[in-house]
Amino acid sequence: MSALRKTEPDLGESMRAKLAGFAATLRDNGFVVGLAEYRDALTVMSGDSASSPSRFRPALRSLFCSRHSDWTMFDEIFDAFWLRRGMKSATRMSGAPQKAPDGVQAAASGARGLGNQDNADHVQRGEGEDAVEAGETRREGASRAEFIGKTDFRHLTHPDDLAEAHRLAERLALAMRARMTRRMRARPRGQRLDLRRTIHKSIANGGTPMQLVFRKRREKPLRLVVLLDGSGSMSLYSAVFLRFMHGVLDAFREAEAFLFHTRLVHISPALRERDPQRAVERMALMGQGTGGGTRIGDSLATFNRWHAKRCIHSRTCVMIVSDGYDTGPAERLGDEMRALRRRCRRIAWLNPMIGWQDYAPEAAGMKAALPFIDLFAPAHNLESLKALEPYLARI
Amino acid sequence: MAVKLPQERIAAQMAAVGYVPDRDLATALWLMDSLSRPLLLEGEAGVGKTEVARALALAHETQLIRLQCYEGLDQSAALYEWNYQRQLLAIKAREGSDANAVEEHIFSQKYLLERPLLAAIRQTKAPVLLIDEVDRADEEFEAFLLELLSDFQVSIPELGTITATTIPRVILTSNGTRELSDALRRRCLYHYVDFPDVDREARIILSRLPGIDAALALQIASMVGLIRKEDLRKTPGVAETLDWAATLAGLDIRHLQDEPEAVHDTMICLIKTAEDKARMTRQVTERLLGKVA
Repeated sequence: MSALRKTEPDLGESMRAKLAGFAATLRDNGFVVGLAEYRDALTVMSGDSASSPSRFRPALRSLFCSRHSDWTMFDEIFDAFWLRRGMKSATRMSGAPQKAPDGVQAAASGARGLGNQDNADHVQRGEGEDAVEAGETRREGASRAEFIGKTDFRHLTHPDDLAEAHRLAERLALAMRARMTRRMRARPRGQRLDLRRTIHKSIANGGTPMQLVFRKRREKPLRLVVLLDGSGSMSLYSAVFLRFMHGVLDAFREAEAFLFHTRLVHISPALRERDPQRAVERMALMGQGTGGGTRIGDSLATFNRWHAKRCIHSRTCVMIVSDGYDTGPAERLGDEMRALRRRCRRIAWLNPMIGWQDYAPEAAGMKAALPFIDLFAPAHNLESLKALEPYLARI
Repeated sequence: MAVKLPQERIAAQMAAVGYVPDRDLATALWLMDSLSRPLLLEGEAGVGKTEVARALALAHETQLIRLQCYEGLDQSAALYEWNYQRQLLAIKAREGSDANAVEEHIFSQKYLLERPLLAAIRQTKAPVLLIDEVDRADEEFEAFLLELLSDFQVSIPELGTITATTIPRVILTSNGTRELSDALRRRCLYHYVDFPDVDREARIILSRLPGIDAALALQIASMVGLIRKEDLRKTPGVAETLDWAATLAGLDIRHLQDEPEAVHDTMICLIKTAEDKARMTRQVTERLLGKVA
């Protein structure tokens, strides 16, 4: 097509090494950079644009990015690598904006912040034990520090409970599937003549179309989107729910899961892991690195803005699992709930605290959200999960 | 005069036909040509993704072939289809003649209906192929598209393999209603189209409405920029800006601050939902107008 393709890349050895290093850095940050992209990058760089980083930045960005989250992260990584602008290492947070939520991260800085960083590293290297210990002790004192990442989900380690959660999840998935198939049969409309196949069938009859073939419209399967509160006040319950969600995602092709505390993290890829133990561990890694406190309103806003269009269609049920203690303004939560309500078919809010004695939804955030919820149900133990089955089957 | 970089040349060509690209987009368009890769454009509705393809076709003085994707789009609507009605007629008309000859006849080019993808690879001059809203099509279609985009050949069982006479410039757009497969993303160059900044939007207004006053164009652009920062449900796109600019120019308004009433009343060009309308009260309009330099 052009001369550029034919010229052999004649980049200096040092530049070549640097580009390879950059590709590796991007890969570490979750970019999909294959050999083809790397080769194309070499070709581009060997052209006239290789003189300074600012000149080849747009070209490399087009080549190496493949989604919006890459696009937003790219500049930061590029600056750090080529211009050595302040940043130790970029960490991968799937689907979430890179900027720290205002104030929270700053509040956790200083000596304590540094300590946390160390702990996070321990977990990443898989040296679970001491990191967990440190996390456990910190939990009592500093509520705003990041500890979700270090919380070992050991609260549901009894094998019987585990097996029960998985069985339940499977039952739930089955109940919903059965409904889907019934719907398809009950709808004879929307049929069109399929001429291609009709003619094919008519060959045997010497070209006279005796047997007509029709086309049916495909039914949209029911989709489940789970938003799970990962904040400190929920930590005892999130462990159970993670297992539960792993089961659900496993059975459903169309299910998405998000975790939120101070911000929203997309965790479906981690939960698609076959082995539940590994899935939960990966999830824990994704959840770390954020401050304490729950910003339900902000997290929902992120969801509505960036994920809702992709995740939600007309046959989607959104399930929020949270105690409703929002550290942000309640109006914000109300507004976002209203926006979400318009998009999806059903909103179910599971609140573990309903199971407690004398509980009334008094938290301001919970109150603001209530008018938009179709199902407000307890979820504090396995029995209450089991009780959900008939509700969900009726969606 | 300094030698122009290829991306600057493309930027100038695009600007000449009424699309003002930023540097990133111009680079992406240049790479698309030099590496012969498709370009995937993502971005919010109304930022002008489809317009890129239209302008690119104009700039290269070639045809724009557009495939609008939708749920359930299949090969027969995207690639080719036999004209069954005519085939049936032909069979009836030739009843009694040699069966082989009839078959040969009805499966010839004459009875082949070209759909956009087949049409795109059979042009004499490389066209711009726009695959619009690819996220609306099914996953199976995406896989098929991937195959076509790498081989640029189509095999029709009754007719044989058709190889591309020219390789089209392919632009895909996505609105993010579904996550695209990694394979398709990897095959493509990527560009995220954002709303234009004030300066670029003013230039867009000027290039589309040549009669408009440059100062007014700048005011309109900065006003729209401010409105986009308001928390609206439907952020006004570039097309809306152009509508509004045309309206204001038609009303013979010279300076936005002089006519706050008219500005507020014509805002229906930008605001598309009842909720946003309630939010953009007169007070809000006046506050924003105050910020427009």
